[in-house]
Amino acid sequence: MNAERTARLFVIGLLLGLPLALFLARWFAPGDAPGQAIEIHARMAEAGGWTPADLTVAAGEPLHLRLTSDDVVHGFAIGQSAAPPLDVEPGKVVETTLAFDRPGKYVFYCTRWCGPDHWRMRGTIEVLGESAGTHNEAPPKEAPPKEAPPLYVSLGIDIDSPHPAAVIPDQRPSAARGAALGISIPANLLSLEYFRSHSPAAVWQTLRAASLTKDLSDEQVWDLVALAWRLNAGPQSLAEGGQLFAQNCAACHGESGGGDGVMAALLKPEVHSTEEFGHDIQAPVDFTDSAILLGASPALLQGKILRGGMGTGMPYFGPLLTEAQTWALVDYLWTFQFEMEELP
Amino acid sequence: MIPYDLTQLPLVKPALQSRWPQFILRAVALAGFGFAILAGLFGTPVGSRNFGIVFVWIAWWALLMLIAVPLLGRGWCSICPIPMPGEWLQQGNILKPTGQPTGQPIGQPTGRLRKLVLGRRWPKAWRNIWLQNGAFALVALFSTVVLTQPRATAFVLGGFLVVAIGASLVFERRAFCRYLCPVGGFIGLYSQLAPVELRVKDTAVCAAHTEKTCYTGSAAGYGCPWQVYPGSLVKNTYCGACLECLRTCPHDNIAINLRSFGADLANPSGRKLDEAYKGFIMLGSALVYAAVLLGPWGFLKSAAYGVGSLPWMVYASAFILFVFGLLPGLFYLAVAAGRRLAGSGLNLRREFIAYAYALVPLGLAAWIAFSLSFVFTNLSYIWSTLSDPLGWGWNLIGTAGVAWTPYLSGIIPAAQALVLLGGVGWASRTARRIARENLSPRAARRQALPVAAFCFLVIFLLMVLLVG
Repeated sequence: MNAERTARLFVIGLLLGLPLALFLARWFAPGDAPGQAIEIHARMAEAGGWTPADLTVAAGEPLHLRLTSDDVVHGFAIGQSAAPPLDVEPGKVVETTLAFDRPGKYVFYCTRWCGPDHWRMRGTIEVLGESAGTHNEAPPKEAPPKEAPPLYVSLGIDIDSPHPAAVIPDQRPSAARGAALGISIPANLLSLEYFRSHSPAAVWQTLRAASLTKDLSDEQVWDLVALAWRLNAGPQSLAEGGQLFAQNCAACHGESGGGDGVMAALLKPEVHSTEEFGHDIQAPVDFTDSAILLGASPALLQGKILRGGMGTGMPYFGPLLTEAQTWALVDYLWTFQFEMEELP
Repeated sequence: MIPYDLTQLPLVKPALQSRWPQFILRAVALAGFGFAILAGLFGTPVGSRNFGIVFVWIAWWALLMLIAVPLLGRGWCSICPIPMPGEWLQQGNILKPTGQPTGQPIGQPTGRLRKLVLGRRWPKAWRNIWLQNGAFALVALFSTVVLTQPRATAFVLGGFLVVAIGASLVFERRAFCRYLCPVGGFIGLYSQLAPVELRVKDTAVCAAHTEKTCYTGSAAGYGCPWQVYPGSLVKNTYCGACLECLRTCPHDNIAINLRSFGADLANPSGRKLDEAYKGFIMLGSALVYAAVLLGPWGFLKSAAYGVGSLPWMVYASAFILFVFGLLPGLFYLAVAAGRRLAGSGLNLRREFIAYAYALVPLGLAAWIAFSLSFVFTNLSYIWSTLSDPLGWGWNLIGTAGVAWTPYLSGIIPAAQALVLLGGVGWASRTARRIARENLSPRAARRQALPVAAFCFLVIFLLMVLLVG
């Protein structure tokens, strides 16, 4: 073989062989074949979000995912799941294996504030077939009970209509001061059903009219209202709600609930194109505004969280949060109005 | 220092004359170059995880600016893969010239290739480095994007390859390297400082050699691809260190000399305005890059990244104005002030060009200091990228998980300060030496003073930006 031919073979081998070997390695690496894992690329919502965003898997089958980010740090979590979120970092691959026992549509979403439209970064996993483990079993004699609709639906609350508080306190009500009054709040006012369906302002009016508060000032009655809310929200719920608020709400509503989060400026109507949404973008609600929050019942807030603002810029969290998480979040919102300290 | 011919050392000359070592290095570089383009197009868009960004703008740049240019001059050009495909088309062979049975000159293509290659002379009006100056400035305007986005890097590298092949098909020899390559332009400028040179041993031997095979080629090698006649070489700027003349000279008259640093600057011949401007462009770019990439001004970064936006257009205009207008203008004033101080009656334009060569060591020091800051900060990305060059989650050699760690962060600021101070000292000394070519020692000191002040001002700014 002459030198020229050797040189040509050398160049061809290098130029074609190196890339070819690498690309072949990609497809034939053990445990890395495309059929065995689905690679999901995360990009900011403005740049495309999750790719692919819609997955399908049979119930009970493992779903092996390889996640990577093409821009900033994202998070990956399955809605209504207690599993901790995964960090999806640029240039790194994180792997996870999921298994769904029940058929249905599940939502996966980004858990990191990656951009102004972070909340749009969602995808779906459609789980097909019968529930895992039921293939060889006799069909159940009775159909499983249907899930009850959320409370705001069963109460028929119109969550889009204004709900200003008829009365507001002059000072921040305190559950501890309410407890110190030594007055027993009637049990019917403390029942979960009553509590969740009435606003603090409505409860204040009921208490104000009751004979047991005839010697109390208006502010002391507000302290009793704060006590009622505190008695219905345990410390664990408040802690979980606080965490959920920080993860999901603070970027817009602000850490202090004042509607001044880092993303709030981008949600102002004059900044964000309303044509893009087809509705009127609104600035994030200020939870420290008593006229707004004290006129809302927990059920109404539940509706706002689950369904979202329908084009106002408020995302819908229904597919992401469990019922317990939603109520924990609602409980935490009251801390922007009431002192919810430990009771004596 | 008396130059010492390295080819006298055992094995050096045979190793340099043999085509294989250089060919293998160039072929490997070409494969790496091609892979960088592929990685940019198909790999992760995250720069710090992509072979294209990490190996081109960190690893290669470190080798180039910290080792190859200061120590070997055009050493990189010697193994640069970019002109290879075009040359193969021009020459019809990829290793060495072969005699043609059809009677056509040695080293020329045959068959269909002969029709494809036009072999025209490069236009006389552009036989300078103005196009290289423009090309560098053009790439510099987009550099913040090119340096960070793999796809942009792939397009730039691919563009270099396409233009190089096109130039080889239309023009003779390495027209791309000599007149167009934005990188080759500044390597040539700074190669004047390198402690190695390729020169003829005895010009009389060249004069007596009627065939001039170093320029026309022979069965042993190609005629100088850089269109240089080695017998007239007085500086490194346009010698591409391709070593063809070492192979074609039948009289063993080519030497690879070890010499003192910056020896070319002592030679007053061949000073030109296009080369002077290259010095301003490089120095100005180092200042702008230091401010944009390492400075604390977010608006400046945003403007430089926002290619096509109004702030970017303002940034681009300011950049062009700064490197082509403001910096040379200030320098012109410094030279004019020195001329007044010294009472020199020499031609101001000629003096402006001559003293601009004092900016050669200053510019190289600025680029070394600038490179030190980001090269060692980001060098650790090499390990993860080696194992996962496309950012696809591979772990080929087990180093994919190596975390980012800045290297030598404790000594880098001191090293930068030393380099910058060394640069300004060298530049001032060069300015005084240039002044001594026509003036008495006292007048030369006065003449060089404002130029030295200009150099101190630039270095002071760089010191603030880079060292803090």
